[in-house]
Amino acid sequence: MTEGILTASYITSSVLFILALGGLSNQEKAKRAVWYGIVGMAIAIFATIFGKEVFKSEWLNLLIGAIVIGAIIGAIVAQKVQMTGMPQLVAALHSFVGLAAVFIGINSAILPHSDMNSSELMIHNVEVFIGVFIGAITFTGSIIAFGKLSEIITGKALILPARHTLNLIMLLACLVLGYMFLNSETINDESIWSLIIMTIIAFIIGAHLVLAIGGADMPVVVSMLNSYSGWAAAATGFMLGNDLLIVTGALVGSSGAILSYIMCKAMNRKFLSVILGGWGDVTGPTMDIEGEMKPIDIDSVAAALNDANKIIIVPGYGMAVAQAQSTVSELTSRLRAKNKEVRFGIHPVAGRLPGHMNVLLAEAKVPYDIVLEMEEINEDFPDTDVVMILGANDIVNPAAQEDPNSPIAGMPVLEVWKAKQVFISKRGQGKGYSGIENPLFFKENSRMVYGDAKKSLDTILKSIN
Amino acid sequence: MIIGSPKEIFKGENRVAMTPESAKQLQKLGYQCILEKGAGANSNFSDKDFKNVGVKIVKDANELWKQSDIILKVRGPEKSELSKITSKQHIISFIWPNQNKPLLNALKKKKVTVQAMDMIPRISRAQKMDALSSMANIAGYRAIIEAGNQFGRFFTGQITAAGKVPPAKILIIGAGVAGLAAIGTAQSMGAIVRAFDVRPEVAEQIESMGAEFLMLDFKTDGTGEGGYAKPASKEFIKKEMELFKKQAPEIDIVITTALIPGMPAPKLWPKEMVSLMKPGSVIVDLAAEQGGNCEVTVPNKIIETKNKVKVIGYTDLPSRMATQSSSLYSTNIRHMIDELTPKKDGKPFTNMEDDVIRGATVLHEGKITFPPPKPKIVAIAKHETKNTKEKTPEEIVLEQINAEKKSGKLQIILLTIGACLTWFIGFFAPSEFMQHFIVFILSCFVGYQVIWNVSHSLHTPLMAITNAISSIVIIGALLQMRFENDIVSLLALVSVFIATINIVGGFMVTKRMLSMFQRS
Repeated sequence: MTEGILTASYITSSVLFILALGGLSNQEKAKRAVWYGIVGMAIAIFATIFGKEVFKSEWLNLLIGAIVIGAIIGAIVAQKVQMTGMPQLVAALHSFVGLAAVFIGINSAILPHSDMNSSELMIHNVEVFIGVFIGAITFTGSIIAFGKLSEIITGKALILPARHTLNLIMLLACLVLGYMFLNSETINDESIWSLIIMTIIAFIIGAHLVLAIGGADMPVVVSMLNSYSGWAAAATGFMLGNDLLIVTGALVGSSGAILSYIMCKAMNRKFLSVILGGWGDVTGPTMDIEGEMKPIDIDSVAAALNDANKIIIVPGYGMAVAQAQSTVSELTSRLRAKNKEVRFGIHPVAGRLPGHMNVLLAEAKVPYDIVLEMEEINEDFPDTDVVMILGANDIVNPAAQEDPNSPIAGMPVLEVWKAKQVFISKRGQGKGYSGIENPLFFKENSRMVYGDAKKSLDTILKSIN
Repeated sequence: MIIGSPKEIFKGENRVAMTPESAKQLQKLGYQCILEKGAGANSNFSDKDFKNVGVKIVKDANELWKQSDIILKVRGPEKSELSKITSKQHIISFIWPNQNKPLLNALKKKKVTVQAMDMIPRISRAQKMDALSSMANIAGYRAIIEAGNQFGRFFTGQITAAGKVPPAKILIIGAGVAGLAAIGTAQSMGAIVRAFDVRPEVAEQIESMGAEFLMLDFKTDGTGEGGYAKPASKEFIKKEMELFKKQAPEIDIVITTALIPGMPAPKLWPKEMVSLMKPGSVIVDLAAEQGGNCEVTVPNKIIETKNKVKVIGYTDLPSRMATQSSSLYSTNIRHMIDELTPKKDGKPFTNMEDDVIRGATVLHEGKITFPPPKPKIVAIAKHETKNTKEKTPEEIVLEQINAEKKSGKLQIILLTIGACLTWFIGFFAPSEFMQHFIVFILSCFVGYQVIWNVSHSLHTPLMAITNAISSIVIIGALLQMRFENDIVSLLALVSVFIATINIVGGFMVTKRMLSMFQRS
C-alpha cells in the first residue's frame, strides 16, 4: 500500500469521525452515526496494519491475541453494563486511553530519532513530555473517578491541608524534570528516568486532583477527563506526526471541554473552582426558611396524580440509586393511558454523567420526546398540576434564585415550586450533596414522600390503573 | 375527640361547616365526626352521604352540642345556641369580633376557646385556611350572575341576522378577591370589563385577568395593612368621583366591592352617580352588609330607582351557592384543624406561639385574646413599590447592540492573542510542526461547531463514542510494534490490548444506548 492511499484512508476516517459526532444532534440520525464511527475506526486500523506492514512484527501472534482478547472483553463489558453503571464504565475507559498515551509516549522517547535535527528533536521531546503528562493525569484521575462512582472509594472530597501548595510543588517538580529531559543532548537512560519520574508525579497529581472533588461534581470531572483523553491523543498524534490522531484528539478534546463548560454553567460555577474543589465563598448569612416540611401519605399522592392533568417528573441521582426508572416508566405509561400529559424535566447536571438521566429513562422505555431539557420545560411549571421530584435536590432549589447569599445563588434550576403541587420523594430529611438547605421542601405547595423512591412508586402504581 | 356540626339556624343560611369530603379528612386526623340531622340538606349533601364516610347523624341540635368537643359552624353562635354551649368547648366559625363585641363577651362567660375564621392572618402559609377569600371568590362570581339575571341584554357583543348587539360594559370597583373573581367571570362571559382600585399595585393583577385598569392621576398608595385598602384622602376622593362621573353614563353594570377592615363601607357610588346611569343598568353592592358602597343600596333587597336602575343589595351571595361555598369553607376549616392538631392524634392544641393560630384565636380557655398582636411576617399582598423602570424597546435594542459590540471586541482581542501565540510558536517551531498545528487548530474549530449541535439528551452516548474514537491512539501503538525493542514492543502490545477494549466496548455501548431511545 502506498503512502498516498494510507493518507487517503486517514482522511476518510477523519471525515467519518466528524460525521459520527455530528450525527448525535438527534436520536434517529445518531443510530446511523455510530456506524460512521465504527467504519472510520476499522479503515484506520486496517490501513495502518497493511500500509505500514505491522503484520511483519515478530510479535504478530501476541498482537493478534491482544486484539482478539481485548475485543472480547470490550464486547462483554458493553453488553453487561447497567445503565446506572455508565458513569463508572466511561471513567474506566478514559483511564485506558490515558495509560495507552503514557506508554506510547515513553516508547516514542526510547525509540531512536536519527532522522531529526536538533530543533525537531526538541519539539518532539516537548510533545512527548506533554503527551505523557496529560496521559498520566487522565489515567489516575479516571481510576479515582471510577472508584468514586462505583463507591469503592468514598464520594466525599478528600481535602488535605495545603493541598494547593502540594499540587503546586508537584507541578514545579514536573517542570524541573521536564527541563532535565529536554536539555539532555541525546536520549539516554538518565533522560528516560527523568521522564518516568515525571510520569509518576503526574500520576499522583491526577489522583489527588480527583480525590479532592466531591461526588456530585463528577459530571464535570468525567467530562474533563473525557477532554484530557482527547488532548492526550492529540499530543500522541503530534509526536508521531500523525494527522488522524491530531484530528481525532482535537475533536474529542473540544467535545469534553464543551461538556465541562455546559456542566459548570448549569451549576453556575467556575471550572477552576470545581477542579480545585470546594464551594465558592459565601458573602453573608443565608436566608432563614419559614415553615416546616410536611410529610404526606402515599395514597394522597396517588389521588393527586389521578386528579392531575399535567404532570412533570423531575428525576435526579436518587432515582438511579433506587433503581426506580422502570417503575417510573410504568407509572408514566399508565398515566398517559389516562390521557394525562406526563413529561420529564432534566437538569443538565442531574445524575453523575452528562445526559445520564436521559439514558436511564431511555433504557426503561420512556419515549424520548417527552423527556425535555430544563430550558424547554421551565416556563411550563406554572400550568402544571403535579410535579414529582425523585431523588433530586439542588437542581430544584429555589434559593438559587431567591437568596443571593446562598452558595448556589445564580445556578439555573428547574422552577418546580411554581407548579400547583410538588411531591418530593426523598430517603430522609437530610440535605443534598452540597449540604445546602432547600427551601422548596418548606413551601406551601410542597409535600414530602419519605422512603425509598422505588417502594413509594410501587405503592402509587397499585392505585393507578 | 368529637367534632360536631349543627344545622345553621340563621334565616336564609344554606351553608354547612362540614361536608362528607372534609369529614373524611378530619377522621384521618384522629377525630370522630357527628352532624345534626339534615344539616347538609340545603347544600345538597344528604345524611346518607355523611353516613357513608362514617359520620354519625345526631337527631337534634341539643344532643349535638352536648356530645361535641369541637363545634364547627358557619355563622357565629346565635342567642338560642349560646345556652347549649358546654364549658371548655372549642368553637370554630365566623365571629367578626370587631363588630360583634357582645357575642364575644357572651362567649367569654362560657369559658370556651374560639377560633374566628374571619381573623386568619393574611400570610401565604395561611392561604389554605383563608375562608374570607374563599367566600369573596364565590361572592364575586355570584355578583356577576345576579347582575346578569337583572340585566336585560347579552354580556357579549354579537352580530346576528336580527341586528348588531353591543357588548355590556361592566365596571368593577375594588380588585380584591371578590373583585378579581367578578372580573374573571364577566370577562369570560364576553363583557367589556373595567376595574378600579385605590391600590396601584393591583393594576397588574387586573390586567392579567383581561380587564382595563382605570388609572387615577394621583400619587398616593392606598395599600393598608394586611393587603387591604386604607381610607383615602379628600383630594383623592374628589379625583375618584370625577373618574366615576365620566364612566357612569357609559357603564351598564357596576359591581362595588370596596371594604376597609373594621370600618363602614366607603360611599363610592352616591345618588348622583346612580342618576347618571342609563335605564336598565344594574348595580351589585357587595358591601351591602357593611352599609353599602352605593348610597341607595337596601341590604338584602333588589330595588329599582326612578331612572330604572336596579340596585342589588344581597348579603348572602355565598349562601346562594351553598354547595360550592360549603365545600370550600369546610376545606378551610379542615386545614385549620390540621394546624390545630400537629400530632394527628385527635386532640386539638391551641399553640399561641403560632402566628396563624394566634391570629384566629379570639377566646382562649375563656380569656379574650382579641385583638391579636401584629403578625411577625409581612402580609403577602404588600409588595414593595417598584423602583426599577420598565425598559423601553429602544433601550432594549440599545443594550443588545452594546452587548454585541462588547462580544465583538472580546472576539477581536482573543483572535489577536491567538494570532500572536501562533506567530510566536511559528518563530521557533520547524515547518513540519506548523503543518500539524494547522490541522490541530482547524480540528478544534470543527469539534467546537459540531459538538454544540449535539442534543443534551445524547451527552452520555457522546462521551461513550468519543471514548471509542479517542482510542485511535491504537495506531501509534501499532506503528511502534514494528521496532525490534522488547520494552517498546511490550508497552505497545499492552497499549493495543487496552485500546481494543476501549474501541469495541465504547462503540458497542454507544450502539446499545442509542437503540434504547424510542419515540412514543
